[in-house]
Amino acid sequence: MREEVYMAGMGGQGVLLAGQILTQAAMLAGLEVSWFPLYSPEVRGGRATCTVVAADEEVGSPAAGHPAAMILMDKIAVDNHLGRVKSGGLVVVNSSLAGEEFSRDDLRIVPIPANDIATELGGERAVNMVLLGGYVEVTELVTLEATEQALREVIPQRHHSFLPVNVAALQRGAQCATNQIS
Amino acid sequence: MNERKLMSGNEATAEGAIAVGCRYFFGYPITPQNKIPEYMSEHLPEVGGVYVQAESEVAAINMVYGAASTGAYVMTTSSSPGISLMQEGLSYMIGSELPGVVVNMVRGGPGLGNIGPAQSDYWLATRGAGHGDGRCLTFAPFSVQELYDWTGRSFTIAQTYRNPVMILADAVLANMIEPCRMHERREHPKQPPDWAVGGVREGRPRHIINSLYVDLPEEEQVNLRIARRYEQAATEEVHFAEYGHEEPQILVCAYGISARICQTAVQRATEAGVPTRLVRPISLFPFPTDIIAQWADRVAKILVVELSMGQFVEDVRLAVEGRCPVELMSRTGGMMMMPEEVTDRIVQMAQSD
Repeated sequence: MREEVYMAGMGGQGVLLAGQILTQAAMLAGLEVSWFPLYSPEVRGGRATCTVVAADEEVGSPAAGHPAAMILMDKIAVDNHLGRVKSGGLVVVNSSLAGEEFSRDDLRIVPIPANDIATELGGERAVNMVLLGGYVEVTELVTLEATEQALREVIPQRHHSFLPVNVAALQRGAQCATNQIS
Repeated sequence: MNERKLMSGNEATAEGAIAVGCRYFFGYPITPQNKIPEYMSEHLPEVGGVYVQAESEVAAINMVYGAASTGAYVMTTSSSPGISLMQEGLSYMIGSELPGVVVNMVRGGPGLGNIGPAQSDYWLATRGAGHGDGRCLTFAPFSVQELYDWTGRSFTIAQTYRNPVMILADAVLANMIEPCRMHERREHPKQPPDWAVGGVREGRPRHIINSLYVDLPEEEQVNLRIARRYEQAATEEVHFAEYGHEEPQILVCAYGISARICQTAVQRATEAGVPTRLVRPISLFPFPTDIIAQWADRVAKILVVELSMGQFVEDVRLAVEGRCPVELMSRTGGMMMMPEEVTDRIVQMAQSD
């Protein structure tokens, strides 16, 4: 088993953190896992991407040319990366910023209005957790519970006041993805 | 402590050093390895260690030179242009027969380049250490766990051979996060080695650490002694790992991050019907010549994959000695090949065989 998921968005959306939380969850599940970031130097507004590869044996390549799954957090991410997804692959898209029209019909695309959901929950910055919740729900890699546990472990103690809104965001994202599929 | 903890390659490198007793760090900032000095500045004081941000890389390596002459477990870390600046100091350390650990998180070059992953300092690491008839013992970990393990091991190796050890990695290995198993932190060795300087004690002759030998025959004797240590290392510290098919048609040679990419590529090529094997040198100097020579007699072709326009490939060709064709697949300037591209190349080589 080898799962590759590529995440992309703009700096400040929490692309890298979403990847780290998934990585922690995979480690808790007893898997081998690697997280590999690529980002521009800007704190906000630049491009941020990371690749998470989890496997039940040695991870091997931490990078993938044609990943089987992507989480794309804005329109530019969709424009830049949708073409690279492996045919038949899964794409969780932030439809608040990227719309619902896509150039490929050979993929399993799950649009989630992550900005709208996050705003509704009163945590505009929880966009990444909404999308991560959606991804976790529609894949078998790790459970939502393990992801919530990973969130608690990765977020430093001093920021734990933000946990409830982020846990809610994970759950709403998961719920939204379930509704999409059924 | 058998629990796994997520760490970046930079953090694992720093903790790996502290964990074997390294208590002295001298460095100067440069991306993509800044997390190492950051970690050292935070954690060395916890264990009574010394962290100094020097005024330049030239100063840092000479501080390492000074600390090393007392027998201390000392290290510096930098990235390509910074390592260039340290060459003179490293040459002096080799000439003075001093141990020390230097980590190079290679970035895209030449010149100031960029902070992308590269393996273009292979020659610098394995041939270099400035001028003169000496080299750095060089090791290339390929995971966060191995950065922890090999950085630790480097201190013992440096002491055994009284020679600087270089750890060669890159921006991806530096920044990537993986689970790491760590052991308890150990103390710095209490007893300095018998050659160390440190105040004349009753009854022992003065120790002098120096690389100046105006008497020519004496310099030759020193160089022969250094060369004998490299020969000894070639029998004791050759390390490599192998992955893939037992009876390969194509052999892939790669080290460091390229070997990670090739691990996946080799598996997929084999699944696609081309039996393929990966030989991955961990020690770059001394080089695992024999294993590559043995496979060269048994495969149709060898593919060398590296993030430079052809440096590591020369050592592979020296090992192969014309026994079979050797092809090179490169990316350069901070760019990296993807496993799919390597698999395609392997399949293509098998078809044109």
